[in-house]
Amino acid sequence: MPLKVEKNVCSGCGACITVCPYDAIKMEGGKAEIGEYCQLCQACLTACAEGAIKEYKGDLEKPGQADLSAYKGVWVFAEQRGGKVAPVAFELLGEGGKLAGQRGVELCAVLFGATRQEARELVRRGADKVYFCDDEIFTNFEDEPNAGLLASLINEHRPEIVLAGATAIGRSFLPRVAARLKTGLTADCTGLEIEPETGNLIQTRPAYGGNIMASILSPGTRPQMATVRPKVMKPGRCDDSRQGEIIEVKAGEFRRSRAKVLASIREEEGAMKVNLQEADVIISGGRGLKGKEGFQMLRELAVLLGGTVGASRAAVDEGWIPYCHQVGQTGKTVAPKLYIACGISGAVQHLVGMQSSDIIVAINKNPEAPIFNVATYGIVGDLNEILPLLIRKLKERKNGR
Amino acid sequence: MRIAVCIKQVPDTAEVKINRETGTLVREGVPSIINPYDMHAIEAALGLRDALGGKVTAITMGPPQAEAALREAISMGVDDGLLVTGREFAGADTLATSRALSGAIRAIGADLIVCGKQAIDGDTAQVGPEVAEFLDIPHVSYVRKIIEAEIDHEARGSIKVERLMDEGVDVVQAELPALITVVRELNTPRLPSLRGKINAKKTEIKKLSAAEIGLTPEVVGFNGSPTQVKKIFTPAPRCGRRVLEGGLEEQVEALVKELMEKKCL
Ligand SMILES: Cc1cc2nc3c(=O)[nH]c(=O)nc-3n(C[C@H](O)[C@H](O)[C@H](O)COP(=O)(O)OP(=O)(O)OC[C@H]3O[C@@H](n4cnc5c(N)ncnc54)[C@H](O)[C@@H]3O)c2cc1C
Ligand SMILES: Nc1ncnc2c1ncn2[C@@H]1O[C@H](COP(=O)(O)O)[C@@H](O)[C@H]1O
Repeated sequence: MPLKVEKNVCSGCGACITVCPYDAIKMEGGKAEIGEYCQLCQACLTACAEGAIKEYKGDLEKPGQADLSAYKGVWVFAEQRGGKVAPVAFELLGEGGKLAGQRGVELCAVLFGATRQEARELVRRGADKVYFCDDEIFTNFEDEPNAGLLASLINEHRPEIVLAGATAIGRSFLPRVAARLKTGLTADCTGLEIEPETGNLIQTRPAYGGNIMASILSPGTRPQMATVRPKVMKPGRCDDSRQGEIIEVKAGEFRRSRAKVLASIREEEGAMKVNLQEADVIISGGRGLKGKEGFQMLRELAVLLGGTVGASRAAVDEGWIPYCHQVGQTGKTVAPKLYIACGISGAVQHLVGMQSSDIIVAINKNPEAPIFNVATYGIVGDLNEILPLLIRKLKERKNGR
Repeated sequence: MRIAVCIKQVPDTAEVKINRETGTLVREGVPSIINPYDMHAIEAALGLRDALGGKVTAITMGPPQAEAALREAISMGVDDGLLVTGREFAGADTLATSRALSGAIRAIGADLIVCGKQAIDGDTAQVGPEVAEFLDIPHVSYVRKIIEAEIDHEARGSIKVERLMDEGVDVVQAELPALITVVRELNTPRLPSLRGKINAKKTEIKKLSAAEIGLTPEVVGFNGSPTQVKKIFTPAPRCGRRVLEGGLEEQVEALVKELMEKKCL
């Protein structure tokens, strides 16, 4: 909703001008005036000690779509890679089940390009219906067929909520679906709930590199669409006795794809996958590792802990490890159960990518390093001594001592 | 090849600090920069133009001061700049932004559109694919390498790229016109040249309003945005910090014990 300054309350202190990230507020005649470049971020609203800044509905209330109540049901796009449903789909079914329960509607999954067996797994995990297409066009991920078929199914069945993983795939094609349907899409959500009074979906997500959280609504359009960050929601319980319907659909005209995948190269490092976003344990290294060799220690640790290796941008820039391992503002955002930062100072751009991990262990020889501010456990010292000790202890434990 | 680069002016989030007491952004003295990913988009466009010939236009939708971002792009070698601006665009979400940008692109015509992967203020990564959908052209996200691009005199052509996925890399070939969004790994943005800086001063920046790109005020800015910000708050600070004690060996021992108790091992 647009923001307005109540002139008789405004003291002209300028606090709002200071906090506005868009330079949208000016002082006019000793009173704040919100200008046309306001992005509605509401930073000023909280900054105003007088409470002079208010949201107003006014004449700008949007024309709603014809009949919102015609839209019913919660849908989950079940992403598959190499024919296997990605874990994030089960998390979405867990969360989607809660939302569907509150709304008293059914929970459906959409699966393109895997086997019937995988479709049945989605039923076991909570789906009442699965719209399933096994066309080979979906073997590799291409945006247009996925966007086209999903948008057409949505138009036909009219769900009120559509969720997908905030993964490379979900974040690439879901915007096309939203643009085709002219509806709202909220990226990279970490919280979803139903607003009791209206039944609208409240979608909460980090912004400004995780410095603030924003709750977003799409009150006037349907479906309400969101991509959801992997590892945040709890997967649905697996129940073999659950019954559900598997409905086969045809790709038909949506087989057209003007961007074709010619080859698909999976990156794996020995026993270790590099999919950072889905790892439960990440061992990250920074400039303190001093070279490529340092990462060998991290790999050993990762194998012992069943995890994968991450890195700071400094380590990536040095060429010690490829970019796909980078965690942070210009790399991946991760939230594993355990994040071990070795020789990483903890610059904000790194922290925003990992600070929502459950447990953070920091190993750094500088006790003043900012990484210790977010660490659950910190060890001050030389990683060249600490890591071998840790590896030894873990090996001892593995060997049953 | 006619290339359009979409760039956004953003507050330098590295400098944005949060006031824990009031829970607000402290913006004092925070500079505006070109979204870092968009710098790589500019470089990609310039590289292609230098190899294949043609022209690069930088486009931004934003307030009048966003003109500075276009001038900076010109100083790097971009041929001209287009500022989509006006009251009616304020408060745009990704859908309304994409509608405006695609309208502007349609107005000038482009064989290839290059966007950054995401903007560091909103981090949505949605504008690129949405622009492609509005223009009804293919797109490839997260491009980390341009393998080859070709175009004939009838503007038929293709671009072959590597795209970074969660578990590896895909080689993708797209028909032109197409849109790509790029990651940092793609290239190193060049520095402004002296000639570029001179051009940046004298080049006239073209401005377009909604009416000039054939859009009514109802479909852009706040009015054209299906999503609305309901509230903004600061994330709860982390708690449960524990300092380990003793010599290194004891600390490591204690850590392993703690992690076992927390079922991390
Ligand atoms: C626009 C922008 C985007 C960015 N995006 C990212 C991003 O996505 N991810 C990211 O990580 N960074 C990013 N950065 C860079 C970031 O600002 C930091 O420069 C970077 O994170 C620093 O990496 P580091 O901690 O490995 O290196 P340093 O800051 O050099 O820290 C090395 C640390 O290792 C410790 N150390 C050294 N030797 C040892 C030893 N033997 N034992 C134990 N500890 C030791 C030192 O005490 C120090 O704390 C970005 C910057 C900008 C401007
Ligand atoms: N207002 C804008 N003007 C021009 N380009 C934009 C604008 N907003 C976003 N973009 C482009 O879209 C990309 C993704 O932005 P976003 O979807 O906001 O994360 C950016 O890297 C830019 O290339």
